[in-house]
Amino acid sequence: MDENIIEARHLTKHYSDFTAVDDISFKVQKGEIFGFLGPNGAGKTTTINMLIGMAKISSGKVFYHNEDVTKNMKKAQSLIGVVADESNLYAEMNGYENLCFCGALYGMKKQKRKKRANLLLDMFALSEFRNRKFQAYSKGMKRKLTIAAGLMHKPEILFLDEPTTGIDVATVRQIRELIRELNKNGTTIFLTTHYIEEAERLCHRIAFIKTGKIIELDSKDNMLEKTKDKNRIEISFAAKNFDTKKLSENLINKFPSLENWIHNKTTIEFSGKNNINIVPIINYLDNLGFKVIEAKVMKPSLEDIFVELTGIEANIMKKEKERK
Amino acid sequence: MKTWIPFWNILLKDMKNYYLKPPNISWGIIFPFAWMLMMFLKTKTAFNIEEIFPGIVTMSILFGSTSMLAVTITFERKSRSFERLLLAPISIESLVFAKISGAIVFGIFNSLIPILLSILYFKLEITNYLVLFTGVILLSIVSTMLGLFISVAAKEVFEAQTYSNFFRFPMIFLCGLFVPVVALPIFIRPISFLLPITYGVDLLRSTITDGALLPSLANIVILVVFISLLFSLSIYNIKKKWII
Repeated sequence: MDENIIEARHLTKHYSDFTAVDDISFKVQKGEIFGFLGPNGAGKTTTINMLIGMAKISSGKVFYHNEDVTKNMKKAQSLIGVVADESNLYAEMNGYENLCFCGALYGMKKQKRKKRANLLLDMFALSEFRNRKFQAYSKGMKRKLTIAAGLMHKPEILFLDEPTTGIDVATVRQIRELIRELNKNGTTIFLTTHYIEEAERLCHRIAFIKTGKIIELDSKDNMLEKTKDKNRIEISFAAKNFDTKKLSENLINKFPSLENWIHNKTTIEFSGKNNINIVPIINYLDNLGFKVIEAKVMKPSLEDIFVELTGIEANIMKKEKERK
Repeated sequence: MKTWIPFWNILLKDMKNYYLKPPNISWGIIFPFAWMLMMFLKTKTAFNIEEIFPGIVTMSILFGSTSMLAVTITFERKSRSFERLLLAPISIESLVFAKISGAIVFGIFNSLIPILLSILYFKLEITNYLVLFTGVILLSIVSTMLGLFISVAAKEVFEAQTYSNFFRFPMIFLCGLFVPVVALPIFIRPISFLLPITYGVDLLRSTITDGALLPSLANIVILVVFISLLFSLSIYNIKKKWII
C-alpha cells in the first residue's frame, strides 16, 4: 500500500486576495481510504476541486501515478470517480438510465454499460427502483445512486465529498459498508466528511485542514496513539440551576490535575494525564447537592485530537454542516 | 477513449429530456402558425408569402434554439448535473459541441414547419434548395451559439430567459426582417451589419427573390466567421468562468 496514486505538491489556491488553500502537500497511497477533515471553509472542497480539474490551480502541482497532470487534468479524469456533496444526477431520467449515461460519458460501450449498471443497482440494493425517475427517489436512495454513478467506469480513485450528510441512519450504515467493500476490492478512496467518527471508522490515514493549511497528517493509529496518555471521564447529573463558572473554578481548586468542561448544566467532562479516580469527584458533587446519574470513563478518540488541533468542537462543526 | 460515445449520448439525452418534450414540439408547430396569423391580421388580406418567408423561418429558428440551449445549460448548472459533463474525460470543445448539437437539430426541426407549409400549401418557389438548407443550418448554429454565449453569462434560468429576449428582440427589428436593412436610418445600419442574423435572413431571401444584399457565398462565409467567433468566445468564457 505504498504506491502513490495522487500527490499534491505545494498546492495553493487564491481567489483575489483570499487564500483558500495555502501551500499544502500530501500523498494518497494506492488502496487506502484517505480522510480529509476540517471545518466549513477550511479548503476541503477547493482542494478536491483542484485535484479533479474543477478549479484552476494558482500554484503547485498535482501528480497522478507520478505523472504531472497540473496542466492537463483531462488526462487524469478517466482514473477518477467523483461523488459531489449533492446528489447531482438527472431528475428526469430513471436510475438505470442515469447510470448508463454516466458510463457513456467515460466512453463505455452499450453492452458494458448495461451490465455494469445492473451490477451496481444490485450492489446498492436499488434494482427494484431501476425504472423510477431520479426525482422520485428518497434522499438516501439518491445518495446511493450518486455513488453508484461515480463507480460506473470502475475508477481507480473515488472522491467522496460528505457521502453521508443528511441521510437516515440505516442508509448511512449501508453506505459505510459499501465504502469498506469498495476499498477492499482495490478502490482508493479520498473521503471528506465532517463526521469525525466516520473518518475514525473508515480511514487509514487522515489529514486535518484548517484555514487552508494541513495541520496534521498521519495514520489513524498514530493519531490515536497520541491520545493514549489522556484520560477522560464524563459525569452526568440531574438538571440543576447553578453558576457554571463558579463550579468549574471550585473543581479546579479541588482537583488541580484535572481540566473540566461543563455541558448544558447536566454533564461535566474531566480530562487528565494520569488515571482519574472517579469516586472523590462523585462524592464532592454529591456534597454540593448534585444528583449524579451516570459516570463513565471515555475512550480517547480522534475527536479529541481534532478539537485539540483545530480548537473547534466537533459537534459545532457537525451542526453547522447539517444546517448548511 | 472514443469521443463519439459521450458525444452521441449527451445529444440523445438532451433530445429526450428537453427537446422532444411535448411542450417543445408543440411550440415548434404553433409558433410559425401564430406568426402567419399575425401577418394575416395585420394586412387583413392574403399575405405575400415571399415577403414573410425569411422572417418566419428565421424567428422559428431563433426563438427555438437560443432560449432552449441557454435554459437547459443554466438548469443543469444550477442542479450541478453539468459538473458530470465537465468531469468526463472529453475536451471542453467536444462537450460543448455535443450540448449545442441538440439545439441545432431543434432549430432545424422548427424551421421545417414553415418551410414545408410555404412550399406545399402556399406553393412558394425556392430557387436554390441547397442555399436554403445551408442557410437554415447556419442560422440554427448561429442562434444556438447565441444561446451558448448567454448561458455562460446567466446563473439562473430566469436570467437566461431575460438575456435571450434582450438579444433577440432588438435583433428581429434590426436584421432586415420587417424593415429592409437599406431602409433603416443610416446610423442604425452599422448595428444591423454587426448582427449574424442579418446575413442569415439575407441568405434565405436570396433563395426566393432577387433582393438579397450580398451574394450567397459572402453571407455563408460571414456566418461561418460569426459561428467560429461565438464558439471560441464561449469556450474561452466557459474555461474562465466555470473552471474557476
